Amino acid sequence: MAQTLAEKIIARAAGKPAVAPGDIVTCSVDLALMHDSGGPRRVKPILERLGARVWDPTRVIVVTDHFVPVFDSDTAAILDLTRRWVVDQDIRGFYDKQGICHIVLPERGHLRPGLFVVGGDSHSPTGGAFGCFMFGIGATDMAGVLVTGETWLRVPSTILIEWDGRLQNGVVAKDMMLRLCGDLGLDGGGYGVVQFAGPAIESMPMQERMTLCNMTAELGAMTGLIEPDETTGRYLAETGADLDDIMAWRSDPNARYGARHSYYAGSLAPQVAAPHSPANARDAGCFDKVDVDVAYIGACTGAKLTDLRNAARVLKGRKVASGVRLLVAPASLRDRQTAEEEGTLSILIEAGASLLASACGLCAGYGEHRLDADTVCISSTARNFQGRMGTPEAKVYLASPFTVAASAVAGRIADPRDILQDGP
Amino acid sequence: MTGMDAATGGRVWRFGDNVDTDALAPGRYMKGPIEELARHCLETLDSEFAEGVRPGDIVVGGRNFGMGSSREQAVQALRHLGVGVVLARSFAGIFYRNALNLGLMVLVCPETERIANADRLLVDPERGRIENLTSADRICCEPLPAHLANMVRHGGLVPYLERRLRGQACGSSS
Repeated sequence: MAQTLAEKIIARAAGKPAVAPGDIVTCSVDLALMHDSGGPRRVKPILERLGARVWDPTRVIVVTDHFVPVFDSDTAAILDLTRRWVVDQDIRGFYDKQGICHIVLPERGHLRPGLFVVGGDSHSPTGGAFGCFMFGIGATDMAGVLVTGETWLRVPSTILIEWDGRLQNGVVAKDMMLRLCGDLGLDGGGYGVVQFAGPAIESMPMQERMTLCNMTAELGAMTGLIEPDETTGRYLAETGADLDDIMAWRSDPNARYGARHSYYAGSLAPQVAAPHSPANARDAGCFDKVDVDVAYIGACTGAKLTDLRNAARVLKGRKVASGVRLLVAPASLRDRQTAEEEGTLSILIEAGASLLASACGLCAGYGEHRLDADTVCISSTARNFQGRMGTPEAKVYLASPFTVAASAVAGRIADPRDILQDGP
Repeated sequence: MTGMDAATGGRVWRFGDNVDTDALAPGRYMKGPIEELARHCLETLDSEFAEGVRPGDIVVGGRNFGMGSSREQAVQALRHLGVGVVLARSFAGIFYRNALNLGLMVLVCPETERIANADRLLVDPERGRIENLTSADRICCEPLPAHLANMVRHGGLVPYLERRLRGQACGSSS
């Protein structure tokens, strides 16, 4: 029976020759990812109540990123608890203040094609860029995984989204995802798998592919998925991951999809999603009368090394408009360090950017810094739900790092293609 | 169980499509205890909800209820406030699993437009029946399988596992 990539991974994890959408199966979990907010502080009481320990400490990764940096005794206590728990459970895969979990996980070589992975965070689909079946679960489901090493699921159907052609200069994965949110809606993914394919995807670097899979969460999908290719192989080789026949993990040619959508990348303009929904996406040019106070480049969605480099292409030799605050929170320490070594970071700083900690930060509104009332923000993050990044009166527009940088320079929402054409 | 014995009833708090987890469990209160967080549950959509809701009341949404984060506090806040049932045309995937795991009754109801704010309902989850006492209307929802309804009534997955580990059959104990 012909199967999609998702079905092949689920079948392997369930110990079955094949599965079909709608089947309810129990899968062995290859890897479980947790962060400081939904992780130890939530699962510890459940494990204690059940008198159980983690089934296999080598298959659990813990990253602190939500309450980083700590700013009061409550948040300090949460990080303390996290650190004590990983020691107590003998978990060696612990990354403390190294960046956002979805970026740290692949950069430290924990992902490879064919793995069945759960993450205690809704942006866990990011791992699908590496050909893993990785999806988000809540803390109680996670506790179940930690005790048994298994979880159940209803096999999702796969939606195939093909992108033909090539993106224009200044248009990136984020724009594709905002367009899809606008076209398909925030439940358009139907808790299925969104698999991306086509020439525009094949020519994309890994971190751009991560942005695609990351934002399948905003489409209401269970996860996103991209078949591994040579680009995947090169990235994984650098992280030291095991590379046994990764190319075998692909959909069969005659696999059945729940739906198929075709897009032409070459005609896509930079996208901006108006408050308070990623589905409010339109061409950036429609918003050129909107003045901005804060420009934010941050989060797993929008502050990886590739994102920082794109912002730097716009900001090189330019200054942030007066009255605009440009805040940059690199998604991981390793990406920040590379950006520093290659000069990307100094371009951002010379343009007037303030650097923030490599953590979830403003995106989730957990930290000390939040948007004030009536602030207008343009942000490279994934969600602009009312009140998420600050007060309910704050207005957040979502866009690519290119568009956020161009808007910071213009002082109002701007199409980055105009600046990139001019040259520095 | 017969008739509407298993039913639960209360006042309706009506919301629209795409109620998100930042509205249910705002990030700035995520560091604190659930008592504090629950006081701010849904405040961006209805400032009177958290204070006015009474045990057994019913939250009614449109499509994609609970979209966004995987945070279980979105469910816990509703439970802490005593919400008896959430009805919606559809639920976001992670929220739906979290709700059942934490003992919050969630039912898919294709006809939520026939329910208005402040209506009084009687809901029978296993039979998939809703009686709108205010409009004298009968509405269908997708029934919840008996074993899941039972797990929800016993407080969710952890109490269920506890009972199982103690050797009691959860399915026959009600």
